Amino acid sequence: MTSWAFFVVVAAVTLVSAIMVVRTVDLVRAVLWLAVSLVATAGLYALLDAGFVAAMQILLYTGGIITLMLFAVMLVRRGPEAPSAGTLENVVRAGLAAVALFAIVGFAVVRAPFRPSAGSMGAPSAKLLGELFLGPLALPFEALSVLLLAAMIGAIALARRKDPEE
Amino acid sequence: MSGPPLEAWLALSAALFAVGLFGVLSRKNLVAILLGIELMANAANLNMVALGHFTGTPYGQAAALFSIALTVAEVVVGLALVVLISRTHGGTDADAPSEMKG
Repeated sequence: MTSWAFFVVVAAVTLVSAIMVVRTVDLVRAVLWLAVSLVATAGLYALLDAGFVAAMQILLYTGGIITLMLFAVMLVRRGPEAPSAGTLENVVRAGLAAVALFAIVGFAVVRAPFRPSAGSMGAPSAKLLGELFLGPLALPFEALSVLLLAAMIGAIALARRKDPEE
Repeated sequence: MSGPPLEAWLALSAALFAVGLFGVLSRKNLVAILLGIELMANAANLNMVALGHFTGTPYGQAAALFSIALTVAEVVVGLALVVLISRTHGGTDADAPSEMKG
């Protein structure tokens, strides 16, 4: 029963902070709410026996992405913030789309015949994941490193200031 | 294991995804739209880890790790684009770059 209590509390924190992310007008605060949501998700990963994924979540998402986003928000902020939360009509339309999506997916989840395998193998260790990445999943792993290199070069090329004489 | 069943995890993930979609559709600021995309990617990762846990294979977690790295790359390029647009259009309003409008 304790895992149920943990699930309910952490899931509520995740959801409420996610809603705060999309409803907070001040972007710096919205980014900080996103950090709360991502850390709570790491707690959910821990409940799912995914300790390594939880560690990577905190290291990459809350350590890397949140810092990067704060830098970007402060770089591009100019003067008083325009009301960025959209008009009422916009919010109603977006809300309808989100509720419709949740209804469809929820219907599918309830109706689908999931048969979880009884003999769960327990938590895959970081060692097992590492052996996967260097064995059967080596090709996607290498492709991912090429993608990261391309993203790094692309980001530098995009955000670089042009030379004044150009 | 008497914890929450798979359906509870999938419902939570669907709710998080819907919140992210709402953020993408309702906000007009480019950084706020990126935050919504981030929430949706996070919901997808939670889905993969939950399915991997309940099917008893390590591939769910491996897919989630790949997805986390992909999201990092996507955010880096997205933020570079936002910085570039704020420089060329004087702001981060998503409606500002409209030169290609027919």
